[in-house]
Amino acid sequence: MSVLDRPPRVNYPVVVGHSDLATLFDALRARGYALIGPTVRDGVIVYEELQSVSDLPVGWTDEQGAGTYRLKRRGDEAIFGFTVGPQAWKRFLYPPKVRLLHARHENGSITFRQEEQATPKMAFIGVRSCELHAIAIHDRVLVQGAAKDAVFTGRREGTFIVAVNCGQAGGTCFCASMKTGPRAESGFDLALTEVLDGDQHHFVVEAGSEQGADVLEAIPHRRATAEEQQAATDIVVRAGEDMGRTVPTEGLKDLLYANHDHPEWDDVASRCLTCGNCTMVCPTCFCTSIEDTTNLQGDEAERYRVWSSCFGIFYSYIHGGSVRRSVKSRYRQWMTHKLATWVDQFGTSGCVGCGRCITWCPVGIDITQEVHALQQAPAGAAHRAEVKP
Amino acid sequence: MNTVTMEPKSSPAQEPMVPRTYVVARVAKDTADTTTIELHSLDGKGMAYAPGQFTMLYAFGVGEVPISISGDPGKSDPLVQTIRAVGPVSKALTDVKRGDMIGVRGPFGTSWPVAEAENRDVVIVSGGIGLAPLRPALYHLLAHRDRYHRISLLYGSRTPEDLLYRQELERWRGRLDIDVAVTVDNAATTWPTWRGGVGVVTTLIPRARFDAASAIAMICGPDIMMRYTAMELQKLGMQESQIYLSIELNMQCGIGLCGHCQYGPVFVCKDGPVFRLDRIAQWLAKREI
Repeated sequence: MSVLDRPPRVNYPVVVGHSDLATLFDALRARGYALIGPTVRDGVIVYEELQSVSDLPVGWTDEQGAGTYRLKRRGDEAIFGFTVGPQAWKRFLYPPKVRLLHARHENGSITFRQEEQATPKMAFIGVRSCELHAIAIHDRVLVQGAAKDAVFTGRREGTFIVAVNCGQAGGTCFCASMKTGPRAESGFDLALTEVLDGDQHHFVVEAGSEQGADVLEAIPHRRATAEEQQAATDIVVRAGEDMGRTVPTEGLKDLLYANHDHPEWDDVASRCLTCGNCTMVCPTCFCTSIEDTTNLQGDEAERYRVWSSCFGIFYSYIHGGSVRRSVKSRYRQWMTHKLATWVDQFGTSGCVGCGRCITWCPVGIDITQEVHALQQAPAGAAHRAEVKP
Repeated sequence: MNTVTMEPKSSPAQEPMVPRTYVVARVAKDTADTTTIELHSLDGKGMAYAPGQFTMLYAFGVGEVPISISGDPGKSDPLVQTIRAVGPVSKALTDVKRGDMIGVRGPFGTSWPVAEAENRDVVIVSGGIGLAPLRPALYHLLAHRDRYHRISLLYGSRTPEDLLYRQELERWRGRLDIDVAVTVDNAATTWPTWRGGVGVVTTLIPRARFDAASAIAMICGPDIMMRYTAMELQKLGMQESQIYLSIELNMQCGIGLCGHCQYGPVFVCKDGPVFRLDRIAQWLAKREI
């Protein structure tokens, strides 16, 4: 096919009717993708395999605060009228439990066989800007780092990403101050902005890749007018302005490095349960542990890799005991890694401002508030009450 | 800053998470809780490594632990490892018999600065099992003796019964081209036969002969021992950039992915275990890092 025969690429914003989301699903499925996206289950919005558009949380929203999450009915039929739930996409790109190895003990000899890792073709529907940044961070850590992680790489390569620009800020969001949102700037194949105004209900869609443009050409669309583009932009700008929490990123790394002995660590340790929820819901936390098992005969063994949390007492265990015994040291490790040492390790912050660690902390510890507290002169615990989130 | 001072002659196997099968060729009990094993790889390829590097040793169905290589880096076969039984996996590894098989991944990590140390005095300070990862450096120094000036080995252990490689220590003590000084925390059990010093290893530092302005120090032992040893050496005029130490933390992958071995901004498994002091000094001084 000559260049001239090729259909023109869709390199401008287009409008796709809301009912054609189903056509998008069909187009992706026809290309062999399993669709993964948000759906309501167990009182929260989770990411799961979707059968159809009706699986999406149509008409639902979420109310989030420190330690709270509630689903609520919206007064409209918005499809993406919520923010992020407890699960991050790492569940699919970097699964919580993976078998790595089989070992066999036979006639005194040991043989090892590496587990073949799945390379599923997945299309993620509804990836938010903060999550695009989280996936890009995992690319740095798990693909471009010292060693390439076979599990993540195999899954990441086959992934098609449909981003959704946020139309509202969640109660614990702070992506605007982390400069990771709310607008999806890169790292997607398609980016949707849902416009719902009176009887208008459509998506303004941009292609971010060749394969995104290919898919877009397969579904009904028309060029978006300047007004339609502006309306879509305004929606995202408003979401950014509605964000209640901020983290001052200027000098943040040095703040953490300089305050290893700040009294705030004792204060937060008095509240932290070391449950590890924050690390499980965090879209960038990547620590894992190795688990070796055998069958009852003792001739077959397997090795699994499971998500791990630096809040666990055995995380830092060496002979004689754990290095980080106190709650204080474990919270400090997590937050210092996220906001400071991560920068030295990977050239980027480990925090994308999604707010999950705040929402899903059972006692409502708020990382943004902890940053503000560290900024106060270390003059005792009393300063915390004066800090506004 | 690069602390890799001697490139390993081969990189780890293509799949760093898959162990290779090794056969136990020889088992030598060093002390009540410590055993040195010699291993041959089943595929006959052996393992090239640099002094100070470590492997992940897998006891079938029990688990895997990081263990320093303690043999002669001039020989890629056998692979020699010294293991102290402190938990289920290391216990299983010290209980092996000739002919048993175990899994080995590696070698991993950075190595002792044996190239930088050329044409200088070398001070090796070790505590307890910390002598094991330093022995390959000693083998290297002694095998290339003419490249180095004065060499001192200062070794401290809890009791005379806890001394590693005792025959070798006695042999080295008999040499005229290396100073060996040994001290124990407590010699009561061997009184009155113990002829060495009693006291912590730092008490040996003032009598060691080295040019503080140019010598290279290599330290491995318990955290507190390394902190005080580095302090004593600095008091004598050594700079942080002349002092190297080997750190131990929980390690599960060996390739900087599992996260467990973070020590401030570094991953001990890939950025260490051997560090130049200036890179980690700010963390060494703090608790529960």
